[in-house]
Amino acid sequence: MDEKIIKQVSIFVENKPGRLAAVTEILYRAKINIRAFTIAEAGDFGIIRMVVDKTDDAHRLLKENGFTVSLTRVLGVEVEDEPGGMFKIAKALGNEGINIEYVYAFTSGVERAMIILRVDDIEKATDVLEKEGVLFKGEVP
Amino acid sequence: MYWNPGAEKTPIKDLREIQERKLKALVHNVYYYSPFYRKKFREAGINPWDIEGLKDLKKLPFTKKPDLRDNYPFGMFAMPLSQIVRFHASSGTTGKPTVVGYTDNDIKVWVESMCRSLTACSVERDDTIQISYGYGLFTGGLGFHYAGEKLGATVLPTSAGNTQRQIELMRDLKSTVFACTPSYMLYLSEYAASIGISIENDTDLRMGIFGAEPWSEETRKRIEDKAGIDAYDVYGTSELSGPLFTECTEKNGIHIWADQFIAEIVDEEGEPVGEGEKGELVVTTIAKEAMPLIRWKTGDITVLEEEKCACGRTHPRIMRIMGRADDMLIVRGVNVFPSQIEHVLMQVPEAGDHYMIILDRAQDGLDVMTIQVEVNEEAFSDKVSDILELSKKISNNLKSVLNVSARVEVVNPGTLQRFEGKAKRVIDNRKL
Ligand SMILES: [Zn+2]
Repeated sequence: MDEKIIKQVSIFVENKPGRLAAVTEILYRAKINIRAFTIAEAGDFGIIRMVVDKTDDAHRLLKENGFTVSLTRVLGVEVEDEPGGMFKIAKALGNEGINIEYVYAFTSGVERAMIILRVDDIEKATDVLEKEGVLFKGEVP
Repeated sequence: MYWNPGAEKTPIKDLREIQERKLKALVHNVYYYSPFYRKKFREAGINPWDIEGLKDLKKLPFTKKPDLRDNYPFGMFAMPLSQIVRFHASSGTTGKPTVVGYTDNDIKVWVESMCRSLTACSVERDDTIQISYGYGLFTGGLGFHYAGEKLGATVLPTSAGNTQRQIELMRDLKSTVFACTPSYMLYLSEYAASIGISIENDTDLRMGIFGAEPWSEETRKRIEDKAGIDAYDVYGTSELSGPLFTECTEKNGIHIWADQFIAEIVDEEGEPVGEGEKGELVVTTIAKEAMPLIRWKTGDITVLEEEKCACGRTHPRIMRIMGRADDMLIVRGVNVFPSQIEHVLMQVPEAGDHYMIILDRAQDGLDVMTIQVEVNEEAFSDKVSDILELSKKISNNLKSVLNVSARVEVVNPGTLQRFEGKAKRVIDNRKL
Protein backbone atom coordinates (compact mmCIF):
# COMPACT_ATOMS: atom_id res chain seq x y z
CA MET A 1 0.00 0.00 0.00
CA ASP A 2 2.86 2.37 0.79
CA GLU A 3 3.77 2.77 -2.85
CA LYS A 4 0.39 4.41 -3.28
CA ILE A 5 1.25 7.10 -0.81
CA ILE A 6 3.18 10.18 -1.82
CA LYS A 7 5.69 11.88 0.42
CA GLN A 8 5.07 15.58 0.26
CA VAL A 9 7.71 18.08 1.34
CA SER A 10 6.31 20.70 3.74
CA ILE A 11 8.33 23.78 4.55
CA PHE A 12 7.65 26.40 7.20
CA VAL A 13 8.32 29.87 5.83
CA GLU A 14 7.95 33.25 7.43
CA ASN A 15 5.99 35.69 5.38
CA LYS A 16 9.01 37.71 4.32
CA PRO A 17 10.30 38.74 0.90
CA GLY A 18 12.75 36.31 -0.62
CA ARG A 19 11.80 33.21 1.31
CA LEU A 20 10.06 31.51 -1.59
CA ALA A 21 12.95 32.40 -3.87
CA ALA A 22 15.39 30.88 -1.38
CA VAL A 23 13.48 27.60 -1.29
CA THR A 24 13.09 27.28 -5.03
CA GLU A 25 16.68 28.24 -5.70
CA ILE A 26 17.94 25.38 -3.58
CA LEU A 27 15.80 22.96 -5.56
CA TYR A 28 16.74 24.47 -8.88
CA ARG A 29 20.47 24.21 -8.18
CA ALA A 30 20.05 20.55 -7.26
CA LYS A 31 18.02 20.00 -10.45
CA ILE A 32 15.01 18.89 -8.45
CA ASN A 33 11.78 19.18 -10.36
CA ILE A 34 8.62 20.44 -8.68
CA ARG A 35 5.53 18.48 -9.71
CA ALA A 36 2.94 20.09 -7.51
CA PHE A 37 3.18 23.17 -5.39
CA THR A 38 1.01 25.21 -3.07
CA ILE A 39 1.40 27.73 -0.27
CA ALA A 40 -0.93 27.83 2.70
CA GLU A 41 -0.60 31.36 3.96
CA ALA A 42 -1.63 32.47 7.43
CA GLY A 43 -0.55 36.01 8.17
CA ASP A 44 2.93 35.96 9.63
CA PHE A 45 3.90 32.65 8.17
CA GLY A 46 3.04 30.16 5.48
CA ILE A 47 3.60 26.54 4.73
CA ILE A 48 4.89 25.52 1.35
CA ARG A 49 3.73 22.09 0.29
CA MET A 50 5.13 20.42 -2.73
CA VAL A 51 5.60 17.16 -4.47
CA VAL A 52 8.98 16.83 -6.15
CA ASP A 53 10.80 14.16 -8.11
CA LYS A 54 13.66 13.66 -5.64
CA THR A 55 11.91 13.91 -2.30
CA ASP A 56 14.71 12.76 -0.01
CA ASP A 57 17.26 15.02 -1.67
CA ALA A 58 14.94 17.98 -1.39
CA HIS A 59 14.26 17.23 2.28
CA ARG A 60 17.93 16.92 3.13
CA LEU A 61 19.05 19.99 1.19
CA LEU A 62 16.38 22.24 2.63
CA LYS A 63 17.16 21.08 6.15
CA GLU A 64 20.84 21.71 5.60
CA ASN A 65 19.96 25.23 4.54
CA GLY A 66 18.19 25.89 7.81
CA PHE A 67 14.57 25.41 6.80
CA THR A 68 12.06 23.67 8.99
CA VAL A 69 10.96 20.80 6.80
CA SER A 70 8.82 17.78 7.30
CA LEU A 71 7.73 14.96 5.07
CA THR A 72 4.01 14.40 5.03
CA ARG A 73 2.19 11.38 3.71
CA VAL A 74 -0.45 12.45 1.22
CA LEU A 75 -2.47 10.80 -1.51
CA GLY A 76 -2.14 11.62 -5.19
CA VAL A 77 -5.14 10.94 -7.33
CA GLU A 78 -5.46 11.42 -11.02
CA VAL A 79 -8.87 12.21 -12.45
CA GLU A 80 -10.34 13.28 -15.76
CA ASP A 81 -10.07 17.01 -16.17
CA GLU A 82 -13.82 17.43 -16.38
CA PRO A 83 -16.67 18.59 -14.15
CA GLY A 84 -17.31 16.34 -11.16
CA GLY A 85 -13.82 14.93 -10.82
CA MET A 86 -13.17 16.43 -7.41
CA PHE A 87 -16.74 15.86 -6.30
CA LYS A 88 -16.48 12.14 -6.88
CA ILE A 89 -13.52 11.84 -4.53
CA ALA A 90 -14.79 14.20 -1.88
CA LYS A 91 -18.14 12.40 -1.77
CA ALA A 92 -16.56 8.94 -1.51
CA LEU A 93 -14.34 10.03 1.38
CA GLY A 94 -17.13 11.98 3.07
CA ASN A 95 -19.44 8.98 2.97
CA GLU A 96 -16.84 6.98 4.87
CA GLY A 97 -16.35 9.73 7.45
CA ILE A 98 -12.86 10.55 6.31
CA ASN A 99 -11.87 14.17 6.81
CA ILE A 100 -9.92 15.95 4.11
CA GLU A 101 -7.47 18.22 5.88
CA TYR A 102 -6.40 19.98 2.76
CA VAL A 103 -6.37 19.43 -0.92
CA TYR A 104 -4.73 21.05 -3.88
CA ALA A 105 -4.95 20.23 -7.51
CA PHE A 106 -3.36 21.04 -10.81
CA THR A 107 -3.86 19.86 -14.31
CA SER A 108 -1.14 17.75 -15.82
CA GLY A 109 -0.82 17.10 -19.48
CA VAL A 110 -3.90 16.73 -21.58
CA GLU A 111 -7.27 16.24 -19.96
CA ARG A 112 -5.89 14.92 -16.69
CA ALA A 113 -5.98 16.57 -13.28
CA MET A 114 -3.81 15.59 -10.35
CA ILE A 115 -5.21 15.99 -6.88
CA ILE A 116 -3.08 15.91 -3.74
CA LEU A 117 -4.98 15.13 -0.57
CA ARG A 118 -4.11 15.05 3.07
CA VAL A 119 -6.66 13.08 5.04
CA ASP A 120 -6.99 12.14 8.68
CA ASP A 121 -7.00 8.40 7.95
CA ILE A 122 -4.75 7.73 5.01
CA GLU A 123 -5.02 3.91 5.11
CA LYS A 124 -8.81 3.94 5.07
CA ALA A 125 -8.84 6.63 2.37
CA THR A 126 -6.60 4.47 0.21
CA ASP A 127 -9.09 1.61 0.46
CA VAL A 128 -12.04 3.85 -0.28
CA LEU A 129 -10.47 5.44 -3.31
CA GLU A 130 -9.23 2.11 -4.59
CA LYS A 131 -12.81 0.82 -4.55
CA GLU A 132 -13.81 4.00 -6.33
CA GLY A 133 -11.35 3.02 -9.02
CA VAL A 134 -9.35 6.21 -9.04
CA LEU A 135 -5.78 6.01 -10.05
CA PHE A 136 -3.09 6.37 -7.47
CA LYS A 137 0.00 8.08 -8.57
CA GLY A 138 2.08 6.59 -5.79
CA GLU A 139 5.65 7.81 -5.41
CA VAL A 140 6.17 10.25 -8.22
CA PRO A 141 8.78 8.76 -10.54
CA MET B 1 -4.27 77.66 44.07
CA TYR B 2 -2.38 75.91 46.82
CA TRP B 3 -3.58 73.23 49.20
CA ASN B 4 -0.99 74.05 51.84
CA PRO B 5 0.63 77.34 50.78
CA GLY B 6 2.95 77.52 53.78
CA ALA B 7 4.43 74.13 53.04
CA GLU B 8 4.40 74.42 49.26
CA LYS B 9 6.14 77.80 49.18
CA THR B 10 8.67 77.12 51.94
CA PRO B 11 11.95 78.81 50.96
CA ILE B 12 14.40 76.31 49.48
CA LYS B 13 16.90 76.96 52.29
CA ASP B 14 14.25 76.06 54.86
CA LEU B 15 13.28 72.94 52.94
CA ARG B 16 16.91 71.81 53.13
CA GLU B 17 16.91 72.30 56.85
CA ILE B 18 13.68 70.35 57.25
CA GLN B 19 15.20 67.54 55.19
CA GLU B 20 18.37 67.49 57.30
CA ARG B 21 16.48 67.30 60.55
CA LYS B 22 14.14 64.60 59.30
CA LEU B 23 16.94 62.60 57.70
CA LYS B 24 18.95 62.52 60.93
CA ALA B 25 15.89 61.43 62.89
CA LEU B 26 15.14 58.80 60.26
CA VAL B 27 18.53 57.09 60.38
CA HIS B 28 18.36 56.84 64.14
CA ASN B 29 14.82 55.57 64.00
CA VAL B 30 15.47 52.82 61.45
CA TYR B 31 18.70 51.84 63.15
CA TYR B 32 16.83 51.10 66.34
CA TYR B 33 13.50 49.90 65.03
CA SER B 34 14.05 48.29 61.62
CA PRO B 35 15.96 44.99 61.80
CA PHE B 36 16.58 45.27 58.07
CA TYR B 37 18.25 48.68 58.23
CA ARG B 38 20.22 47.94 61.38
CA LYS B 39 21.76 44.96 59.59
CA LYS B 40 22.28 46.96 56.44
CA PHE B 41 23.97 49.85 58.28
CA ARG B 42 26.20 47.48 60.18
CA GLU B 43 27.25 45.73 56.97
CA ALA B 44 28.08 49.10 55.46
CA GLY B 45 29.93 50.16 58.61
CA ILE B 46 27.59 53.06 59.24
CA ASN B 47 26.63 54.46 62.60
CA PRO B 48 23.55 56.74 62.73
CA TRP B 49 25.75 59.46 64.24
CA ASP B 50 27.82 59.50 61.04
CA ILE B 51 24.94 61.13 59.21
CA GLU B 52 25.23 64.78 60.11
CA GLY B 53 23.29 66.24 57.24
CA LEU B 54 22.27 66.00 53.62
CA LYS B 55 25.93 65.94 52.60
CA ASP B 56 26.18 62.48 54.17
CA LEU B 57 23.17 61.07 52.34
CA LYS B 58 25.40 59.42 49.76
CA LYS B 59 27.11 57.38 52.49
CA LEU B 60 23.87 55.51 53.07
CA PRO B 61 23.26 52.22 51.27
CA PHE B 62 20.56 51.94 48.61
CA THR B 63 17.36 50.02 49.15
CA LYS B 64 16.32 47.91 46.18
CA LYS B 65 13.36 45.87 45.04
CA PRO B 66 14.88 42.51 46.07
CA ASP B 67 15.22 43.83 49.63
CA LEU B 68 11.43 44.07 49.78
CA ARG B 69 10.95 40.60 48.41
CA ASP B 70 13.60 39.04 50.63
CA ASN B 71 12.09 40.61 53.72
CA TYR B 72 8.52 39.72 52.88
CA PRO B 73 6.22 40.20 54.68
CA PHE B 74 7.24 42.32 57.69
CA GLY B 75 11.04 42.47 57.68
CA MET B 76 11.13 46.07 56.42
CA PHE B 77 8.67 47.40 58.96
CA ALA B 78 9.88 49.87 61.59
CA MET B 79 6.60 49.84 63.51
CA PRO B 80 4.78 47.10 65.39
CA LEU B 81 1.88 45.54 63.50
CA SER B 82 -0.57 46.99 66.00
CA GLN B 83 0.19 50.42 64.53
CA ILE B 84 -0.44 49.36 60.93
CA VAL B 85 -3.81 50.45 59.58
CA ARG B 86 -3.51 49.27 56.00
CA PHE B 87 -1.57 47.01 53.68
CA HIS B 88 -1.06 47.30 49.97
CA ALA B 89 0.70 44.59 48.00
CA SER B 90 2.00 44.14 44.51
CA SER B 91 1.82 40.83 42.73
CA GLY B 92 4.95 38.76 42.81
CA THR B 93 6.67 38.70 39.47
CA THR B 94 9.33 36.24 40.44
CA GLY B 95 7.46 34.39 43.13
CA LYS B 96 7.07 36.46 46.25
CA PRO B 97 4.89 39.56 46.34
CA THR B 98 5.96 42.75 48.03
CA VAL B 99 3.93 44.31 50.79
CA VAL B 100 3.78 47.87 52.05
CA GLY B 101 2.30 48.81 55.43
CA TYR B 102 0.87 52.17 56.48
CA THR B 103 0.30 53.70 59.88
CA ASP B 104 -2.56 56.11 60.37
CA ASN B 105 -0.08 58.94 59.95
CA ASP B 106 1.36 57.41 56.78
CA ILE B 107 -2.11 57.53 55.23
CA LYS B 108 -2.45 61.15 56.34
CA VAL B 109 0.90 62.08 54.79
CA TRP B 110 -0.05 60.27 51.58
CA VAL B 111 -3.38 62.07 51.40
CA GLU B 112 -1.68 65.41 52.14
CA SER B 113 0.77 64.79 49.32
CA MET B 114 -1.98 63.95 46.86
CA CYS B 115 -4.14 66.88 48.01
CA ARG B 116 -1.27 69.28 47.30
CA SER B 117 -0.69 67.60 43.93
CA LEU B 118 -4.32 67.53 42.82
CA THR B 119 -4.69 71.17 43.80
CA ALA B 120 -1.51 71.99 41.89
CA CYS B 121 -3.03 70.59 38.72
CA SER B 122 -6.25 72.54 39.34
CA VAL B 123 -8.58 69.95 40.87
CA GLU B 124 -10.97 71.58 43.36
CA ARG B 125 -14.11 71.08 45.42
CA ASP B 126 -16.46 71.56 42.50
CA ASP B 127 -14.88 68.74 40.50
CA THR B 128 -16.13 65.22 40.08
CA ILE B 129 -13.16 62.86 39.88
CA GLN B 130 -13.76 59.61 38.10
CA ILE B 131 -11.10 57.20 39.30
CA SER B 132 -10.45 54.48 36.81
CA TYR B 133 -7.27 53.18 38.41
CA GLY B 134 -7.67 49.77 39.99
CA TYR B 135 -8.93 49.64 43.56
CA GLY B 136 -7.72 47.00 45.95
CA LEU B 137 -4.19 45.86 46.60
CA PHE B 138 -3.01 48.22 43.87
CA THR B 139 -2.44 51.69 45.30
CA GLY B 140 -3.75 53.71 42.35
CA GLY B 141 -7.47 53.75 43.10
CA LEU B 142 -7.38 54.38 46.84
CA GLY B 143 -4.49 56.85 46.51
CA PHE B 144 -6.66 59.16 44.42
CA HIS B 145 -9.82 58.33 46.29
CA TYR B 146 -8.98 59.60 49.76
CA ALA B 147 -7.32 62.76 48.47
CA GLY B 148 -10.32 63.48 46.26
CA GLU B 149 -12.66 63.22 49.23
CA LYS B 150 -10.38 65.25 51.46
CA LEU B 151 -10.39 68.03 48.86
CA GLY B 152 -14.15 68.04 49.06
CA ALA B 153 -14.48 66.99 45.45
CA THR B 154 -16.96 64.32 44.40
CA VAL B 155 -15.35 60.95 43.88
CA LEU B 156 -16.68 58.45 41.36
CA PRO B 157 -14.82 55.23 42.11
CA THR B 158 -15.39 53.32 38.88
CA SER B 159 -12.12 51.40 39.18
CA ALA B 160 -10.65 49.89 36.01
CA GLY B 161 -12.47 48.24 33.13
CA ASN B 162 -15.94 48.24 31.55
CA THR B 163 -15.30 51.06 29.11
CA GLN B 164 -18.92 51.41 28.02
CA ARG B 165 -20.03 52.03 31.59
CA GLN B 166 -17.10 54.37 32.26
CA ILE B 167 -18.25 56.54 29.39
CA GLU B 168 -21.93 56.47 30.34
CA LEU B 169 -21.17 57.38 33.96
CA MET B 170 -18.75 60.07 32.83
CA ARG B 171 -21.51 61.62 30.75
CA ASP B 172 -24.44 61.12 33.13
CA LEU B 173 -22.70 62.04 36.40
CA LYS B 174 -20.80 64.88 34.75
CA SER B 175 -17.27 63.83 35.66
CA THR B 176 -14.84 66.70 35.19
CA VAL B 177 -11.59 64.88 36.06
CA PHE B 178 -10.58 61.42 34.89
CA ALA B 179 -7.72 59.40 36.36
CA CYS B 180 -6.36 56.39 34.49
CA THR B 181 -3.38 55.23 32.43
CA PRO B 182 -2.67 57.32 29.32
CA SER B 183 -3.14 54.33 27.06
CA TYR B 184 -6.54 53.64 28.57
CA MET B 185 -7.53 57.26 27.99
CA LEU B 186 -6.66 56.91 24.32
CA TYR B 187 -8.59 53.70 24.11
CA LEU B 188 -11.58 55.20 25.88
CA SER B 189 -11.65 58.19 23.53
CA GLU B 190 -11.70 55.90 20.52
CA TYR B 191 -14.34 53.71 22.09
CA ALA B 192 -16.51 56.71 22.90
CA ALA B 193 -16.26 57.87 19.29
CA SER B 194 -17.23 54.42 18.07
CA ILE B 195 -20.48 54.55 20.05
CA GLY B 196 -21.21 58.07 18.90
CA ILE B 197 -20.12 59.93 22.05
CA SER B 198 -17.68 62.80 21.84
CA ILE B 199 -15.74 63.26 25.08
CA GLU B 200 -15.23 66.88 24.11
CA ASN B 201 -18.82 67.78 23.28
CA ASP B 202 -20.98 65.27 25.11
CA THR B 203 -19.28 65.19 28.53
CA ASP B 204 -18.14 67.75 31.11
CA LEU B 205 -14.64 66.28 31.29
CA ARG B 206 -12.05 69.05 31.47
CA MET B 207 -8.89 67.26 32.53
CA GLY B 208 -7.25 63.93 33.14
CA ILE B 209 -4.44 62.73 35.39
CA PHE B 210 -2.52 59.96 33.72
CA GLY B 211 0.24 57.70 34.92
CA ALA B 212 1.31 54.22 36.00
CA GLU B 213 3.12 53.80 32.69
CA PRO B 214 5.68 55.91 30.84
CA TRP B 215 4.23 58.26 28.26
CA SER B 216 5.35 61.13 26.12
CA GLU B 217 4.61 64.73 25.23
CA GLU B 218 3.25 63.47 21.90
CA THR B 219 0.77 61.28 23.74
CA ARG B 220 -0.21 64.23 25.91
CA LYS B 221 -0.93 66.22 22.79
CA ARG B 222 -2.91 63.38 21.25
CA ILE B 223 -5.02 62.94 24.36
CA GLU B 224 -5.62 66.65 24.69
CA ASP B 225 -6.61 67.03 21.03
CA LYS B 226 -8.74 63.93 20.91
CA ALA B 227 -10.68 64.48 24.11
CA GLY B 228 -10.51 68.25 24.36
CA ILE B 229 -9.07 68.11 27.88
CA ASP B 230 -5.91 69.05 29.79
CA ALA B 231 -3.70 66.04 30.46
CA TYR B 232 -1.42 65.88 33.51
CA ASP B 233 1.27 63.43 34.50
CA VAL B 234 1.25 61.70 37.89
CA TYR B 235 4.09 59.89 39.61
CA GLY B 236 4.38 57.57 42.54
CA THR B 237 5.18 53.95 43.24
CA SER B 238 3.57 51.55 45.66
CA GLU B 239 6.79 51.33 47.67
CA LEU B 240 6.70 55.08 48.31
CA SER B 241 2.95 54.87 49.13
CA GLY B 242 1.23 55.02 45.75
CA PRO B 243 0.35 57.94 43.50
CA LEU B 244 1.88 60.97 45.21
CA PHE B 245 2.96 63.71 42.84
CA THR B 246 1.50 65.36 39.78
CA GLU B 247 2.48 68.14 37.46
CA CYS B 248 1.33 71.62 38.33
CA THR B 249 -0.56 73.62 35.74
CA GLU B 250 2.78 74.71 34.24
CA LYS B 251 3.04 71.17 32.80
CA ASN B 252 6.77 71.38 33.21
CA GLY B 253 7.76 68.68 35.67
CA ILE B 254 6.24 66.88 38.62
CA HIS B 255 6.71 68.46 42.06
CA ILE B 256 8.22 66.14 44.66
CA TRP B 257 7.24 67.35 48.13
CA ALA B 258 10.64 67.92 49.69
CA ASP B 259 9.38 68.04 53.26
CA GLN B 260 8.26 64.42 52.83
CA PHE B 261 10.72 62.98 50.36
CA ILE B 262 14.36 63.52 49.41
CA ALA B 263 14.94 62.96 45.70
CA GLU B 264 18.35 62.25 44.19
CA ILE B 265 19.46 61.25 40.71
CA VAL B 266 22.26 58.70 40.43
CA ASP B 267 24.14 57.15 37.53
CA GLU B 268 24.56 53.45 36.81
CA GLU B 269 27.31 53.19 39.43
CA GLY B 270 25.08 54.82 42.03
CA GLU B 271 27.04 58.09 42.03
CA PRO B 272 25.14 61.38 42.05
CA VAL B 273 24.90 62.86 38.55
CA GLY B 274 25.69 66.48 37.74
CA GLU B 275 23.04 69.16 37.83
CA GLY B 276 20.38 68.63 35.17
CA GLU B 277 21.79 65.29 34.06
CA LYS B 278 19.58 62.27 33.68
CA GLY B 279 19.85 59.19 35.81
CA GLU B 280 17.89 56.95 38.10
CA LEU B 281 15.54 58.54 40.58
CA VAL B 282 16.38 57.60 44.17
CA VAL B 283 13.97 58.59 46.93
CA THR B 284 14.33 58.67 50.70
CA THR B 285 11.06 58.83 52.61
CA ILE B 286 11.44 61.23 55.54
CA ALA B 287 7.82 61.27 56.65
CA LYS B 288 6.87 57.61 56.57
CA GLU B 289 6.59 55.57 59.75
CA ALA B 290 5.58 52.00 59.02
CA MET B 291 8.00 51.28 56.22
CA PRO B 292 10.48 54.10 55.73
CA LEU B 293 12.81 53.65 52.79
CA ILE B 294 16.33 54.97 52.60
CA ARG B 295 17.65 55.75 49.14
CA TRP B 296 15.00 53.67 47.40
CA LYS B 297 16.06 52.95 43.83
CA THR B 298 12.93 53.58 41.83
CA GLY B 299 14.37 52.24 38.60
CA ASP B 300 12.92 55.25 36.80
CA ILE B 301 15.18 57.39 34.63
CA THR B 302 14.57 61.12 34.80
CA VAL B 303 16.07 64.55 35.38
CA LEU B 304 15.74 66.63 38.56
CA GLU B 305 14.99 70.34 38.33
CA GLU B 306 15.61 72.23 41.57
CA GLU B 307 14.86 75.75 40.38
CA LYS B 308 11.76 77.34 41.82
CA CYS B 309 8.79 76.72 39.54
CA ALA B 310 6.80 79.43 37.79
CA CYS B 311 3.78 78.24 39.78
CA GLY B 312 5.42 79.58 42.93
CA ARG B 313 6.19 76.20 44.48
CA THR B 314 9.72 75.80 45.76
CA HIS B 315 9.76 72.00 45.75
CA PRO B 316 11.96 70.29 43.15
CA ARG B 317 10.49 68.72 40.06
CA ILE B 318 11.25 65.54 38.19
CA MET B 319 10.86 65.67 34.43
CA ARG B 320 9.02 63.05 32.44
CA ILE B 321 10.15 59.49 33.15
CA MET B 322 12.31 58.48 30.20
CA GLY B 323 12.47 54.78 30.87
CA ARG B 324 13.38 52.08 33.31
CA ALA B 325 16.78 51.41 34.72
CA ASP B 326 16.30 47.68 34.90
CA ASP B 327 14.70 45.19 32.61
CA MET B 328 11.16 45.70 33.69
CA LEU B 329 8.87 46.60 30.86
CA ILE B 330 5.71 48.55 31.30
CA VAL B 331 3.18 47.47 28.75
CA ARG B 332 -0.16 49.23 28.84
CA GLY B 333 0.47 50.13 32.44
CA VAL B 334 1.24 46.56 33.45
CA ASN B 335 4.67 45.57 34.72
CA VAL B 336 6.14 42.83 32.59
CA PHE B 337 9.41 41.08 33.24
CA PRO B 338 11.15 39.30 30.36
CA SER B 339 11.84 36.47 32.79
CA GLN B 340 8.10 35.86 33.05
CA ILE B 341 7.85 35.55 29.28
CA GLU B 342 10.78 33.18 29.17
CA HIS B 343 9.15 31.12 31.87
CA VAL B 344 5.91 30.81 29.90
CA LEU B 345 7.74 29.82 26.72
CA MET B 346 9.73 27.20 28.55
CA GLN B 347 6.51 25.49 29.56
CA VAL B 348 5.51 25.00 25.92
CA PRO B 349 7.36 22.04 24.39
CA GLU B 350 6.64 23.12 20.81
CA ALA B 351 8.38 26.44 21.41
CA GLY B 352 12.11 26.73 20.85
CA ASP B 353 14.55 28.31 23.29
CA HIS B 354 15.03 31.56 21.47
CA TYR B 355 12.68 34.44 21.57
CA MET B 356 12.47 38.20 21.15
CA ILE B 357 10.16 40.75 22.75
CA ILE B 358 9.20 43.62 20.50
CA LEU B 359 7.31 46.59 21.82
CA ASP B 360 5.59 49.03 19.54
CA ARG B 361 3.15 51.80 20.08
CA ALA B 362 0.25 51.52 17.69
CA GLN B 363 -1.29 54.50 16.00
CA ASP B 364 -4.01 54.65 18.64
CA GLY B 365 -1.36 55.01 21.35
CA LEU B 366 -1.76 51.52 22.77
CA ASP B 367 1.30 49.39 23.42
CA VAL B 368 1.61 46.32 21.26
CA MET B 369 3.83 43.52 22.49
CA THR B 370 4.99 40.94 19.98
CA ILE B 371 6.77 37.81 21.07
CA GLN B 372 8.75 36.12 18.34
CA VAL B 373 9.50 32.54 19.15
CA GLU B 374 11.19 29.85 17.15
CA VAL B 375 9.14 26.78 16.50
CA ASN B 376 10.70 23.59 17.72
CA GLU B 377 11.73 21.62 14.63
CA GLU B 378 10.43 18.35 16.03
CA ALA B 379 7.05 19.89 16.60
CA PHE B 380 6.56 21.17 13.07
CA SER B 381 3.60 19.59 11.34
CA ASP B 382 2.54 20.77 7.93
CA LYS B 383 -0.82 21.93 9.16
CA VAL B 384 -1.45 25.65 9.38
CA SER B 385 -3.95 25.06 12.14
CA ASP B 386 -1.28 23.41 14.32
CA ILE B 387 0.93 26.47 14.12
CA LEU B 388 -1.95 28.86 14.65
CA GLU B 389 -2.95 26.79 17.64
CA LEU B 390 0.58 26.93 18.97
CA SER B 391 0.66 30.74 18.75
CA LYS B 392 -2.74 30.88 20.34
CA LYS B 393 -1.69 28.59 23.16
CA ILE B 394 1.42 30.65 23.88
CA SER B 395 -0.58 33.84 23.62
CA ASN B 396 -3.19 32.58 26.10
CA ASN B 397 -0.54 31.40 28.53
CA LEU B 398 1.22 34.75 28.34
CA LYS B 399 -2.02 36.62 28.89
CA SER B 400 -2.85 34.63 31.99
CA VAL B 401 0.59 35.17 33.52
CA LEU B 402 1.26 38.75 32.44
CA ASN B 403 -2.27 40.17 32.58
CA VAL B 404 -1.60 41.84 29.28
CA SER B 405 -2.02 40.38 25.84
CA ALA B 406 0.79 39.67 23.43
CA ARG B 407 0.95 38.91 19.74
CA VAL B 408 2.85 35.71 19.13
CA GLU B 409 4.82 35.25 15.95
CA VAL B 410 6.20 31.80 15.33
CA VAL B 411 9.39 31.91 13.29
CA ASN B 412 11.79 29.49 11.69
CA PRO B 413 14.40 27.89 13.98
CA GLY B 414 17.76 29.58 13.78
CA THR B 415 16.43 32.88 12.53
CA LEU B 416 16.36 34.85 15.77
CA GLN B 417 19.46 36.56 17.04
CA ARG B 418 21.77 34.60 19.34
CA PHE B 419 23.57 36.35 22.17
CA GLU B 420 26.80 35.80 23.93
CA GLY B 421 26.69 36.99 27.50
CA LYS B 422 23.74 39.08 28.47
CA ALA B 423 20.94 38.65 25.98
CA LYS B 424 19.21 41.71 24.63
CA ARG B 425 15.89 40.18 23.86
CA VAL B 426 13.83 43.33 24.11
CA ILE B 427 13.38 45.73 21.23
CA ASP B 428 11.43 48.70 22.46
CA ASN B 429 10.29 50.78 19.50
CA ARG B 430 8.01 52.93 21.62
CA LYS B 431 9.11 56.52 21.56
CA LEU B 432 8.54 57.62 25.09
ZN1 LIG C 1 5.01 74.19 39.54
